[in-house]
Amino acid sequence: MSVKTLKIDGKDVAAEEGTMLLQAAQDAGIQIPTLCFLAGLTPAAACRMCLVEVEGSHKLLPACVTEVAEGMVVQTHTPKLQGFRRMNVELLFAEGNHVCAVCVANGNCELQDLAIALGMDHSRFPYRFPDRHVDISHDQFGIDHNRCVLCTRCVRVCDEIEGAHVWDVAQRGEHCFIVSGLHQPWGEVDACTSCGKCVDACPTGAIFRKGSTIGEKERDRAKLEFLVTAREKHQWTR
Amino acid sequence: MPALSPQAPPDRLTQHPSSPQDSATCDRHYKTLDTTLKRNHYQPDALIEVLHKAQESFGYLEDEVLLYIARQLKQPLSRVYGVASFYHLFSLKPSGIHNCVVCLGTACYVKGARQILDRLELELAIKVGETTSDGQISLLSARCLGACGLAPAAVFDGEVGGKLTAEDALARLQALTIND
Repeated sequence: MSVKTLKIDGKDVAAEEGTMLLQAAQDAGIQIPTLCFLAGLTPAAACRMCLVEVEGSHKLLPACVTEVAEGMVVQTHTPKLQGFRRMNVELLFAEGNHVCAVCVANGNCELQDLAIALGMDHSRFPYRFPDRHVDISHDQFGIDHNRCVLCTRCVRVCDEIEGAHVWDVAQRGEHCFIVSGLHQPWGEVDACTSCGKCVDACPTGAIFRKGSTIGEKERDRAKLEFLVTAREKHQWTR
Repeated sequence: MPALSPQAPPDRLTQHPSSPQDSATCDRHYKTLDTTLKRNHYQPDALIEVLHKAQESFGYLEDEVLLYIARQLKQPLSRVYGVASFYHLFSLKPSGIHNCVVCLGTACYVKGARQILDRLELELAIKVGETTSDGQISLLSARCLGACGLAPAAVFDGEVGGKLTAEDALARLQALTIND
């Protein structure tokens, strides 16, 4: 496998061919903000948080699905990019009904973390207050669509790691929502194995364990990586 | 949303599900669907084509039909629902006996199509894209019918009406239902 050399934020980086910019940057100690990306899952490039500037490209490229190339010059934290990221988070907050004060994931939420990291203290956009629903028909878990950012991590984790494909995205545009089965209550979907991987994968408090209250949501993110390594490489790390 | 019982015995899928429609007609629809499934060798990538055929023969995609298609193509239910709900051409609810498509293209819009649509929504007590509770009229909109010279235009059961006022449109709708 050939090695590509490139510059990320002025730092010389060498990465194997086929590596994505996000990984290459991470290996070089540069953290690019992400939301829909989750190690072990196919990248969806849906959230646009990891957009970076690549010299010679007239558009911004998502680092999670852009392969490293020889001589690439990449900027990951320019004021322009940070401005876009902040706007992106503001739009996410305005789009759904995100009320941290009453959320199970308060203090343990990737959306909240992003907002803090980007210095977002308010949204410049009018809140949409969409009419969304909560489904607590499942024995152990619940899904609150008000808190969903449509990152599709749950869809991918259920399809790619558990293999049950309980979730998918229904409708189109602003009406999109995460659907279980044939738009059935979650508890009635026979395919669900109640494995809880979607709870671990969810970046916000949208999918939660029943009985947890404000700020009590806990995740075992490393479990997903452990499972992927075990399945793909037959190496058991725990 | 009626709850599907996922525990339904497997024979529910082989014996075609019961439906308010006449069972013979229903069987014929399923036969058409089976032919399409067979022609596509039950390949998952034929999902959209199969949904098209189902929509064509049943008129709309009810849960039973989506469940049947998902099982036949061995695809996850949520994916089938996702695809069916994504495309504008697929309808998950039965459409009315009559339909009225109001053009909202630029020319019609300038000539007051929005006001006509608003009035129809008010009189029929439904929103665009919905069907009246008695199942008589479906109200739809389109982006340009290609009849800009007739603006504002609408199509009533396939017949174009041009240079309409809200009153004209209402009268045309009444005429449709009276002729039954």
